[in-house]
Amino acid sequence: MSDMSDKENGNYISYLRYQGKYRGILSWLLSTDHKKIGLMYLYSITVFFFVAVVLGLLMRLELIAPGKTIMEPQTYNGLFTIHGIIMIFVIVIPALPAIFGNFFLPIMIGARDVAFPKLNLFSYYLFLTGAILGVLSQFAGDGPPDTGWTFYVPYSAESSTNVIFALTAAFILGFSSILTGLNFIVTIHRMRAPGMGWFRMPLFPWALYATGWIQVLATPIIGITLLMVIAERVLSIGFFDPSLGGDPVLFQHLFWIYSHPAVYIMILPAMGIVTEIFPTFSQKPVFGYTAILISSLAIAFVGYFVWGHHMFTAGISVGSRWFFSFLTFIVAIPSAIKVFNWISTMYGGSIDLKPPLLYAISFIFLFMIGGFTGLTLGALAANIQVHDTSFVVAHFHYIIFGGMGFATFAGMHYWFPKMFGRMYNNKIANIAWGINFTGFNLLYFPQFVIGIQGMPRRYFDYLPQFQTGHVISTIGGFILFIGLILMVYNFVRSKRVGEIAPANPWHGVTLEWQIPSPPPHENFDIIPEIKTKPYFFGSTDENKSS
Amino acid sequence: MAGQIPHTEQTDSEAGKLGMWIFLFTELFLFGGLFLVYAVFRAKYSAEFHTGAAELNALIGTLNTVFLLVSSMTIAMSLTAIQKNKLNLALLLITVTILLAALFMMNKYFEWSHKFHYKLYPGSEVMRNLPHGEILFFGLYYMMTGLHAVHVLVGMILLSVNLFKIRSGKVTSSNFLLLENSALYWHLVDIIWIFIFPLLYLIT
Amino acid sequence: MKHNETHISSYLSLGTVLVVLLLLTTISVLVTGWHLGPFTVAAALLIACGKAATVIIHFMHMKFESLFLKLMISGVFLLFALVIGITFIDYLLR
Repeated sequence: MSDMSDKENGNYISYLRYQGKYRGILSWLLSTDHKKIGLMYLYSITVFFFVAVVLGLLMRLELIAPGKTIMEPQTYNGLFTIHGIIMIFVIVIPALPAIFGNFFLPIMIGARDVAFPKLNLFSYYLFLTGAILGVLSQFAGDGPPDTGWTFYVPYSAESSTNVIFALTAAFILGFSSILTGLNFIVTIHRMRAPGMGWFRMPLFPWALYATGWIQVLATPIIGITLLMVIAERVLSIGFFDPSLGGDPVLFQHLFWIYSHPAVYIMILPAMGIVTEIFPTFSQKPVFGYTAILISSLAIAFVGYFVWGHHMFTAGISVGSRWFFSFLTFIVAIPSAIKVFNWISTMYGGSIDLKPPLLYAISFIFLFMIGGFTGLTLGALAANIQVHDTSFVVAHFHYIIFGGMGFATFAGMHYWFPKMFGRMYNNKIANIAWGINFTGFNLLYFPQFVIGIQGMPRRYFDYLPQFQTGHVISTIGGFILFIGLILMVYNFVRSKRVGEIAPANPWHGVTLEWQIPSPPPHENFDIIPEIKTKPYFFGSTDENKSS
Repeated sequence: MAGQIPHTEQTDSEAGKLGMWIFLFTELFLFGGLFLVYAVFRAKYSAEFHTGAAELNALIGTLNTVFLLVSSMTIAMSLTAIQKNKLNLALLLITVTILLAALFMMNKYFEWSHKFHYKLYPGSEVMRNLPHGEILFFGLYYMMTGLHAVHVLVGMILLSVNLFKIRSGKVTSSNFLLLENSALYWHLVDIIWIFIFPLLYLIT
Repeated sequence: MKHNETHISSYLSLGTVLVVLLLLTTISVLVTGWHLGPFTVAAALLIACGKAATVIIHFMHMKFESLFLKLMISGVFLLFALVIGITFIDYLLR
């Protein structure tokens, strides 16, 4: 059968074909194999992603002209709410740890699975339950929630829509995230192969480690906060209700104490992925391994202390605003360090501009635009002008979509041969990249411009002077959509009929490239013993253990 | 090499314990959110928090504290017992722990029903007419002790599972990770109460 | 399943820990009877921290656990304290 390329011995059966305790569909649904769980996450997340993309396109259609275009204002409010909820809680927070973390963390550290495989499967079903509940919130009872994904009080306590549905969905999704983070932390502590000391571990596992701690320590706060909002709605508990003595801004504090670190859950694994891609496609070791490692931990740590930069206009104290603005500028530094290291990795290397590297390089470009505009938002005076405008919307889409999203596409193009044992079509991949890149910038860059000019976010209607920007943006959205479809088509088609992939198509040096494509069920015949430093590309003296 | 373990399957009890500790960290942060809210409103409404606390029965609170502290000792002792292969003693100690927990829950039930009797619960007419600080105090009281009680219940169930597993030979002197982790969970329940008690009952 | 550390707490040591905890509880109740004003909260919290530390170190066996775990539990409490502190930069200075 065509999956069995690269036989190491006569007994090689790829994980895709392996049937353990269960047969057929159950061998997937009840599998505790980290690779199958990773794929189940991949398929589910892809479906939900396209649902949310369509919701976004509907929003863009509405915004192509001022006034009502295709929907009522209430519908628009519901759309941006569910678009945000799905994108944040179902796609961007879970995706990289759940898909690539699950699939590759054990392999890259020389393990056969994660520390708690059954818990891993449980995490997946929690995820699926939360995701489905989130979608169901659109249909049951009193109408789709219209509070925005940020659920600000007092409106989230008063809105007559299905807010509790959405809050519960987010709670369950949070629990899934916590358990995944817990699993990965223990896996990294306890299951590294012999010889793989902490400083021989590649940087994607390190990124997952830092991410795991954020998942574990930040997510519970949103958990309890969502419970408090439910208590507000059902019991009038009063924490956030001024008429009972409460403070609505306290909700914002609690919400962002989680949701800011959450964006580092999104970006750290993304940075980890491109950190793997640059050395492979430059055929030289990562520049500044220790610097990248420490910067990941620094981002995770400092990222806990900047949450108030979402609240500069909410009425917090001057001292508070100073503090958060200062810390926001500080937290940018480790990210900048990474950018220098990535560029330096490529410098002098033997560059092979395959699709993974193409996406990784454009990741740097888009991430930097997102990052710099983040500093604009972090500057107190500038913030007053751009807070709650489409400038913010453009900023976070550049960071999340241009950053984490493009890094995800990079990772997909990088690891697709390993996961499925097939090569995709490079030409189609490159064309799709070009369409994606063009569409993305057309979609979001105008939003910076009209944002500064005064276009508010989450607004159904707008002044005529903003229309040009909106039209360009909407066209960009549809171009991007075509690129995404083409990219996914390439994958789907290649999975069936693509050229058989060798074990190491990119000449990578991390452990996943030393096993067959696709991997066997147990990953390794014999657990390797690690004798070299990570990203060891060549012979001679450079090889000696660190 | 230091820190490296030979590669084995899921029989790593250190991994199980580490996993449990990390889960406990999440619980600390879960309750932490409530403590944050408490801190903010206590600072704003100190006098009214005093008045609210005076409504609570410090004697029952102290009694409950004692119950949980003793239960923490008994569950810790049950680990000693199982490690020494004294299975019946372990069973006895776990049972005492569960009984103490039940006493705690009974007290909680009396406390809450006493207040319900006087219509003192979130959203009630009586509550709405209280000063703001007291409304928030009681809101925190109900939410903190309520969430804590849920955890006591879960703990009781976990400990009961241990009783069955010891009887059936699944938990033994060489294989007691479940009991150890359940004990850790129970100690967390105790620690949360150690903080709730003075903050709600003693600040008068 | 081999248990790495071989330390088994004696019943006596555990009983002693309980006595200490009950003592601290008594002190806690008494202290709040005195009129220390704003220091009442601080005193009660300090004693509570002492009790919690005692439970963690002795009942939960932290005394015999790895340095990593000791660092992590301290880190968790430190992080939480920082978050509360930073939130108060807002509330105290409004």
